[in-house]
Amino acid sequence: MGHVIAFYTLSVLILGFGVAVITARNPVHSVLFLVVDFLFVAALYVTLGAQFLAVIQVLVYAGGIVVLYLFVVMLVRLRRPTVPHEDRRRLTRLGVALAVLVLVEVVAIAAWSVASPLPAGAVGGGQLVAANVEQVGMALYTDYLIPFEVASMLLLAAMVGAIVLARRPL
Amino acid sequence: MIDLVVIPLLKIVFVLTGVLITVMYLVLLERKVQAWIQSRLGPMRVGPHGILQPVADVLKLFIKEDITPVRVDRAVYTAAPIIVLVPSLIAFAVIPFGGPVTLFGRTIDLHIADINVGLLYVVAVASIGVYGIILGGWASNSKYPLLGALRSSAQLISYEVAATMTLVSVIVTAGTLSMTGLVKAQLDAGVWFVFIQPVACVIFLIASLAETNRLPFDLPEAEAELVAGFHTEYSGMRFALFFLAEYANMIVVSSVMTTLFFGGWLRPFPNVAWLGFLDWVPTWMWFCLKTFGFLYLFLWIRATFPRYRYDQLMRIGWKVLLPLAIANVVVSGAIKVLF
Repeated sequence: MGHVIAFYTLSVLILGFGVAVITARNPVHSVLFLVVDFLFVAALYVTLGAQFLAVIQVLVYAGGIVVLYLFVVMLVRLRRPTVPHEDRRRLTRLGVALAVLVLVEVVAIAAWSVASPLPAGAVGGGQLVAANVEQVGMALYTDYLIPFEVASMLLLAAMVGAIVLARRPL
Repeated sequence: MIDLVVIPLLKIVFVLTGVLITVMYLVLLERKVQAWIQSRLGPMRVGPHGILQPVADVLKLFIKEDITPVRVDRAVYTAAPIIVLVPSLIAFAVIPFGGPVTLFGRTIDLHIADINVGLLYVVAVASIGVYGIILGGWASNSKYPLLGALRSSAQLISYEVAATMTLVSVIVTAGTLSMTGLVKAQLDAGVWFVFIQPVACVIFLIASLAETNRLPFDLPEAEAELVAGFHTEYSGMRFALFFLAEYANMIVVSSVMTTLFFGGWLRPFPNVAWLGFLDWVPTWMWFCLKTFGFLYLFLWIRATFPRYRYDQLMRIGWKVLLPLAIANVVVSGAIKVLF
């Protein structure tokens, strides 16, 4: 029962702040609402028993990535570009069409997963709670080693690219 | 019901009150210690030897006029001090202040929450505190605060990396992320982790000085450089919150260092039986003694060293501390596997 209340409260808050991200007038406010969103997502992870993931979400996403977003947004003085001949109604119709498309897709996926559910033992359940870090570590470095290394390569490529773009000519 | 709600609430009230009073007297202690190191006396007038000085300071900050500059972003300007203060306070939720005590027939653990990723929680919460500084500087709509905020936040995120790496080597040694588990691991190992991981301790100490914006890394708030850095445009109670946050941060960092490297609430030589007479000192008293030792170290360092220039500061963080910390992790891992 408490689980359900927590889930729905958090979901309402996450979605509410998500809407606030895209409707805020000031880009810095937008980024701040995103941070709050991430914190609530971390809370959602806690309700699922993934405490390690929740703390990593706060540490990496909210406390690292978005800080750098904030730097850029703060220092680049963005102004809403004035778009001549912007047709509000056409944009709204496009938005609604896309939203309906996504809704149809989500309903289809939900219906398919109800029709053919995963086998019962697929999700670990109770044993996740105590051995969070160990299980994530084991899985990451044995079953998912290749994706892990590929992700490191990606980050390295991004870093090298940033340094090359920003370096001073020698 | 009582165990789930009332006792944690009481613990929270207790810890928060304790922290706030400690912060108040830490400010006085800083002035006194700095004064004595500089061959003068510090505050002496308000109460005997200046004991009531913090009361006077708090009253002053409460009744001071709250000047808000004209074109600030109101919401963010108001929120920034809160965003700096709250993480410093909630980090105390996982710190083990002492072993279990029996009160009114109940066994109460002297920590508010024992989560299995406690150490990571402290680091995560500290990384949220950076937002308050950036936003405080930006929302003030003024040059010096913006510069101070950018410098301070760059410094904080740089030294966060080195500090977290040293914590990784401690976790490798202890095998657990929970703070109470770390104290227990030191009890089981029979020796404080400072003797197993001296390099990590030193790096963590230096990184903590930078994390809390203390000398020799306090360029972002140095008066001669940037007026007062990111809290220039804040007055009265808002400034008090920034101030409070800085000292609370210092206490958090000292507590973490005590718990990780110096045995937390364990008495010296906990496994030596004939020293059992030391047990009459309660465990939380040992914890407080060790933490205050570190706080005194922070104050001592402040009065002793000149400050680093900003580029020197960044160089130390990235080119000296981080490689050392990573090498330490590798060596710790190797030793743990081989022995």
